[in-house]
Amino acid sequence: MKVLVPVKRVIDYNVKVRVKADQSGVDLANVKMSMNPFDEIAVEEAVRLKEKGKVSEIIAVSIGPAQASETIRTALAMGADRGILVKAEGEIEPLAVAKILKAICDAEKPMLVITGKQAIDDDSNQTGQMLAAMLGWGQGTFAHSLELSETSAKIAREIDGGLQTVEVKLPAVMTTDLRLNEPRYASLPNIMKAKKKPIEEKTPADYGVDAAPRLKVLKVTEPAKRSAGIKVKSVSELLDKLKEAGAI
Amino acid sequence: MATLVIAEHDNKSLNDATAKTVTAALAVGGPVHVLVAGDGCKAVADAAAKIAGVEKILLADNALYAKMIAEAMEPLILSVADKYDAILAPATTSGKNYLPRVAAKLDVPQISEILKVISPDTFERPIYAGNAIQTVQAAAGKKIITVRATAFAKAADGGSATIENLAAAADPGFSKFDSEALSKSERPELTSAKIVISGGRGLGSGENFKLIDKIADRLHAAVGASRAAVDAGYVPNDYQVGQTGKVVAPELYLAVGISGAIQHLAGMKDSKVIAAINKDEDAPIFQIADYGLVADLFQALPEMDQELAKRGY
Repeated sequence: MKVLVPVKRVIDYNVKVRVKADQSGVDLANVKMSMNPFDEIAVEEAVRLKEKGKVSEIIAVSIGPAQASETIRTALAMGADRGILVKAEGEIEPLAVAKILKAICDAEKPMLVITGKQAIDDDSNQTGQMLAAMLGWGQGTFAHSLELSETSAKIAREIDGGLQTVEVKLPAVMTTDLRLNEPRYASLPNIMKAKKKPIEEKTPADYGVDAAPRLKVLKVTEPAKRSAGIKVKSVSELLDKLKEAGAI
Repeated sequence: MATLVIAEHDNKSLNDATAKTVTAALAVGGPVHVLVAGDGCKAVADAAAKIAGVEKILLADNALYAKMIAEAMEPLILSVADKYDAILAPATTSGKNYLPRVAAKLDVPQISEILKVISPDTFERPIYAGNAIQTVQAAAGKKIITVRATAFAKAADGGSATIENLAAAADPGFSKFDSEALSKSERPELTSAKIVISGGRGLGSGENFKLIDKIADRLHAAVGASRAAVDAGYVPNDYQVGQTGKVVAPELYLAVGISGAIQHLAGMKDSKVIAAINKDEDAPIFQIADYGLVADLFQALPEMDQELAKRGY
């Protein structure tokens, strides 16, 4: 079976973001960019399924600027077979991303789409669910573990109260949570090999999708700052202070 | 036109997140209706009818909605969507699961996890784990919104909404509920507790979380954890506070053995009072804590337990 893995290029997990002085957004100049960590987990899961012989081909898709090809290369180095780069500048909302992915799914006919539950830049947590609805497929979001058969996927999901397991008919969309697996580091030989793997270049227009944003971002500001308080010397003093503050 | 809120519940009782989402809905524009979808959930509808400002409850009581499976919720919500300008759900794992499907089918963008309603079409929402706040304006047409419940006050009691039955929609049959393993706890729920005590990697083991449990019992607090503690297997995933776990804003947040990664701070920095115990005086958690105690938690926690006992907690 074929698996499609959408991956997003985002500011690296470890970078402390800075809001631009003109409030137009977050400063992306000279900032380290990486694959969205949840998408790395998605690639890893697909590669493990391929290693187990359950999956025949893994296609990594990224929608973004030309540099998103580096994100696809990372997926290829981890074990994906080929890539599709849909070149688009600026902010691409989850709705547009889902429409492009739907068109790709219509053409490629994967049995499973695995992607991150959210991107760590816009924190939207929408794309997988939107894609599943557009395709008329089932979904297993916030996946903690996966048991895949030829016709269905049993997915344990991280929910507010604990874990919930659903059985979803294939084809389906799965979105990954943190505990699904621990992504591998690509080895040097695999990074070299990945350079020879094909990446097809497309545009949203190729799929008949208008990727213009529908929401208007009026401004981006810094959150209210908390400043450091005081250091207390003992447990007893801590409890006194909490009592004074009415916290206990 | 009206605004619809999708209720969060467990078929027995109404989750507080619903009344908080109603507060956001009233700011977007009334009248506000609440959809209660579940199985044997009449008591939930009765509770929702008492929220002040709610005019009507739509009750879809059917086995199909027992677990609010996203694929079944989608056609149900769509069956009434025409009547509403805006549809809001709490940004719980349940709301996050079904609402984007509704937005996709209506071909409108979803606005996720709003923190504030600036005007009926303009909202504040966190991006980059809350390290930046985006002010976003919806286009004309229907608005589909998830609400970070901790950012809104609970709507008062005192309403008397009418309850109307809503027929179940067809079962798309894409998926079915298999089983669940829910954490059992006598303690208050993490996202609505007045006091939250969280442990991090510094605890060293799941067994050592008992030191936190003891204090939580004395203070009627909920127990949370950092991602590191969950990843290490000390406690289950539903304890996680942070960017990708739960967002809490209690009266008091006590962080024990938590260094304070930005992803963790994203989940608790709106707490009213933050206290931290850590043996590393340079831990980032101290930069945002109102009260910091540099100490070995294995001494500090038992001492706190005794001290609280002495003070009659």
